[in-house]
Amino acid sequence: MGEVATAVPLAYQANLDVFSATLQELAATDRNLLVVTSDSRGSGKLVPFGQKYPRQIVEIGIAEQNLVGVAAGLASTGKNVFAVSPACFLTARSFEQIKTDVAYSNNPVRLIGISAGVSYGALGSTHHSLHDYAALRAVHNLTIVAPADNFETEQAIRQATQLDTPIYIRFGKKPMPLLSETNQTFEFGKGRVVNEGDDLVLIATGETVYPARQAAHQLENTHGIRATVISMHTIKPLDYALLATVAATGVPILTVEEHSIFGGLGEACASFLLTNGYHNRFKIMGIPDEYTVTGSQIEIFNHYGLSENGIAREALTLVE
Amino acid sequence: MKAETHLTTAELAQKSAQYRRNILNYIVGANAGHTGGSLSCIDILNVLYNNVLNVSPETFTSPTRDRYIQSKGHTVEALYVVLADQGFFPESDLETLCRYQSHYIGHPTRKIRGVEQNTGSLGHGLPLSVGTALAAKLDDLDYRVFTLLGDGELPEGSNWEAALLASHYKLDNLCAIVDKNTLQISGPTADVCNTDPLDQKFEAFGWAVHHVDGHDLAALQQAFDALPFASGKPSLIIAHTVKGKGVSFMENQLKWHHGVPNKDQYAQALEELTVIGH
Repeated sequence: MGEVATAVPLAYQANLDVFSATLQELAATDRNLLVVTSDSRGSGKLVPFGQKYPRQIVEIGIAEQNLVGVAAGLASTGKNVFAVSPACFLTARSFEQIKTDVAYSNNPVRLIGISAGVSYGALGSTHHSLHDYAALRAVHNLTIVAPADNFETEQAIRQATQLDTPIYIRFGKKPMPLLSETNQTFEFGKGRVVNEGDDLVLIATGETVYPARQAAHQLENTHGIRATVISMHTIKPLDYALLATVAATGVPILTVEEHSIFGGLGEACASFLLTNGYHNRFKIMGIPDEYTVTGSQIEIFNHYGLSENGIAREALTLVE
Repeated sequence: MKAETHLTTAELAQKSAQYRRNILNYIVGANAGHTGGSLSCIDILNVLYNNVLNVSPETFTSPTRDRYIQSKGHTVEALYVVLADQGFFPESDLETLCRYQSHYIGHPTRKIRGVEQNTGSLGHGLPLSVGTALAAKLDDLDYRVFTLLGDGELPEGSNWEAALLASHYKLDNLCAIVDKNTLQISGPTADVCNTDPLDQKFEAFGWAVHHVDGHDLAALQQAFDALPFASGKPSLIIAHTVKGKGVSFMENQLKWHHGVPNKDQYAQALEELTVIGH
């Protein structure tokens, strides 16, 4: 793993576009690669893939249970299967198929949840996936990944093809600024440090890493507070070694995620820290236990404080 | 077609009686099991594994092997006694069925050689089979995929999603068999959620359907020999069976959906099952 050649410029594309471009590149040399979709080739930016590789795309129709079951059957024959569907439906309607057909039977399907979190914004809570970490963390034999920028996305897709176990990868729709010019390493289960500091630690995942890093810049520029920012792209298995290292310094820890505050990254970190004797000041930022306000993704982020200013405000209360 | 070891109907009948005795033995040994359904589907498995499926312990990892996926996973005892008889694992392993730390749990698991997919919750076998059969079409391979469904599991919507797709992709290398014993845990299937007329429903979904007496070994053989029933269509065999078949006091009795015979019942059942060609 580690550094790998990149197929697309690593800045300011939607992770979805990077996903689609990477798949096209991989399919050119892997005739065994199959994309399986539930009427989501448009929303998954997979129309060019289907035009280029018509024999490597399988349409299931709007039937997510069947999508995952069929994908598991295909993977059982050795196919390199990417099952693509909106994250909300993929992980809620097909939960038992993910548990039984994919994870329990160890059919190494790459489950791709598109338009994740609150990407669908004002389409409302039926279309939000704010439960998926919680639900899937409890499923054994499943890696859970939320890449934070184009680099992580491309690496996640490439490295997923090398796994012989199942994986769930989720990302949103909007362009994603590149997080770090220097730390270009990616390995499942290893958090990626995108800013370094000694005063507190921000642990974020997916599309909340960028506002977390911006908050760190703001804290340093306006208050002289220096924060380490970790892109914890792998929710499971969690990087316990990195958590232990940063917790041992005794600084406050703030987690940030585009997910319910229940059962996600924050609770996973809290569980590790408390059961291993770390008592750092600690707070979880995410979507509270309610169906979200109406608005675009960015408006919803702002409403719940998952923004540069909101994260900086919360961080200040922890360090003061 | 498994040509080299093709059994006659009389030989198959002998196997069925032995399989039924083994099912009872291991259920009694485990003090648990789904007796009625195992006895209703065992003749189907008998014909499939002895005379139809192109799979053996030696070819089990071959990409071109035929696949059998047991959707009605609760009747795992039927599958295990047949796999043991086929040499996938030693018969004596089944003495550990459902015991502490045994790999032989009460639903099919890939920990056991010969089991293609983990099943148990219902409505999973057909989608898995559709994916597997679709892979054969994509790779231009001629293996076939068989799945055994219970009539009680058909209300699960995933079955109908998969039935639609199998027809859409013209999977004539796929054969689903419904073990239609007409009873499920809460009562007659027709009373719980009636799925009849099953043939018309599947035909409307684009399948080719045959009815067969699921205990008539020659008729089962003929049905499998006639696959696919129509070019470009998935095949459905509706096998009319009797829950608890072969043991007089269990036949068509709801309470034997699961349950373990006591000493006297066990002795009587074994005595009845010594009659070959019931």
